[in-house]
Amino acid sequence: MSITIKSVTKRFGKFTALDNVSLEVPSGSLVALLGSSGSGKTTLLRIIAGLEVPDVGSVLIQDEDITHASAQQRNVGFVFQHYALFRHMTVYENVAFGLRVRGRPDGQVCERVTELLKLIRLEGLDQRYPGQLSGGQRQRVALARALAAQPRLLLLDEPFGALDAKVRQELRTWLRRLHDEIHVTSLFVTHDQEEAFAVADKVVVMQGGKIEQMGAPHEVFDHPASPFVMDFLGNVNVFQGRVQSGRLLLGNIDLAAHDAHPQEEERPATFYVRPHELDIKRSANGTPSLKANVLHLNPAGPVTRVQLLAVDFGLTVHVELSHERRAELGLSPGDTVYVAPRKLRVFLPEPEYTI
Amino acid sequence: MSIKTQGPVKIDLAASPARRGHEDPLLVRWGLTLAAFGIVGVFIIIPLVHVFTEAFVGGVERYYNALFNDRDTFAAIKLTLIVAPGAVIANTVFGIAAAWTIARFRFPGRTLLVTLIDLPFSVSPVAAGLMFVLIFGAKGYLSWLPDNDFDVINNWPGLILATAFVTFPFVARELIPVMEAIGSDEELAALSLGASARQMFARITLPNIKWGLLYGVILCNARAMGEFGAVYVVSGRYRGKTLTIPLRVETLFQENQIPESFALASLLTFLALITLVVKAGLERKVQAVTASTPPPEGKEKA
Repeated sequence: MSITIKSVTKRFGKFTALDNVSLEVPSGSLVALLGSSGSGKTTLLRIIAGLEVPDVGSVLIQDEDITHASAQQRNVGFVFQHYALFRHMTVYENVAFGLRVRGRPDGQVCERVTELLKLIRLEGLDQRYPGQLSGGQRQRVALARALAAQPRLLLLDEPFGALDAKVRQELRTWLRRLHDEIHVTSLFVTHDQEEAFAVADKVVVMQGGKIEQMGAPHEVFDHPASPFVMDFLGNVNVFQGRVQSGRLLLGNIDLAAHDAHPQEEERPATFYVRPHELDIKRSANGTPSLKANVLHLNPAGPVTRVQLLAVDFGLTVHVELSHERRAELGLSPGDTVYVAPRKLRVFLPEPEYTI
Repeated sequence: MSIKTQGPVKIDLAASPARRGHEDPLLVRWGLTLAAFGIVGVFIIIPLVHVFTEAFVGGVERYYNALFNDRDTFAAIKLTLIVAPGAVIANTVFGIAAAWTIARFRFPGRTLLVTLIDLPFSVSPVAAGLMFVLIFGAKGYLSWLPDNDFDVINNWPGLILATAFVTFPFVARELIPVMEAIGSDEELAALSLGASARQMFARITLPNIKWGLLYGVILCNARAMGEFGAVYVVSGRYRGKTLTIPLRVETLFQENQIPESFALASLLTFLALITLVVKAGLERKVQAVTASTPPPEGKEKA
């Protein structure tokens, strides 16, 4: 079932958690709400679940307005960040809860719970109490419990936030596979961009109660819509430069830009380059580049991370090179090299006034 | 050589200041322990034993008659069995409501409410009793109640009111920390799974708070049965009608029926001892619940 959020605003006292947010989640998709804490992502999720009421705006599930429906009536599965398993009930009874409150007969409950325990691969642990399970197991029980009554939507609040890195990775892959199997429209909140990109069909980046950008993971990653998104999605080098007459100026780099600022008047601009979009050369050879000193090499991992100091700017620059390229260059700390961007993004600050 | 032998001793002292407790002189440790036991013995154990010895001074038969063959004493026991549960039920309902409000909601005046709940602990019970006399008495501002043949003062409703006032904080105070430690996530989870408010309360909230609730109820009941000051004022002391056990004990004592008075007092003391045992057992359960709760981190996150 699809979700439609129409111009939702929510305030807590003077703090605006959501500011006129609109969003469409297509039926059967798995969407990530990505943002730092305080960005409003969890509030949005809780509003969809009926745990919070929006001040303004409406929420629709498949054309049905549920803005004022109670959580009980919505039939939406919600997985809490800290699992919120019922501590006085066994795993079996936890999963069965949604069916029991609906008054389903025992036979039907048993059948469905057994099926779900198999799905989460916890058969045999049905008589354990939540306190006797590991973090990953608890999270899976929470998921099975949310799915038991065949919810119209599945909402997950930082589902893997409290788990260690390895379990996190496993559960992430597992969630993706599970979603491919059951196709319930799912929305999950995370502050981990890697997680969002690895799992979701569509990523919604939020900041300060607003949606900054939404789109398929590769779209968002390759074409960030704002400096915030660019910055948020992992390591990036930031340079302060200028634009003038359709040219980007940064030190002795002078690049033609097709669409940026054709006016003659000079304006400051911020350039963003990801570490893997920079190359290192032994000599400038006329290519636009920055002179830099190699500070540090870290060859651990799939790429070599190089830290340099751009001499003319006094700025630290991060570059990621393939191990082959590093071997070819024969870099060592202290070398003077030239850093050339393969790709450069420019964001002009909003003018402070409009004419 | 002398340095070598001193070395380890010095290090030992410096490295573990926590050990200093063990190194207090034997005399101090034993002295303090004996003093503590001595004080408890003189002020608690001896009077406690004395209650029972005095009660049986006239023999077992007189003890039995004092408790079960005296119409007024029997009436007092009966009245206490109405007044104490009445106050406990009222305070249980109130306590759950108040704890819920305070633990689950943030509102202006919340701190004030927490403070006010404790007020009955600091008000003298006699003052509390007088307060009810002023409200429901012949010239009180709710005097239309007695005018319409519903006596509050000098009658059991007044006794329940006064007792409930004095024992007001017990349940709420016990539940607030328990409910705060448990948090609302499980309740919200129940709602999102389709539970009605009543199902949520009965299946999630109540099982989670049951030990804390029981603990509060036990304490509240113990205090309610023993309450003297407030009920003394509102009862009017009508023998066989408005005397609860503690009031009857006092009346018997004034009438110089010492063994009878102590017999009834021993009943109260016996109930207190039972309360003590149950309380000790429950304390452990309550602590286990609060300790097994993960810290409510990230609660305020948007």
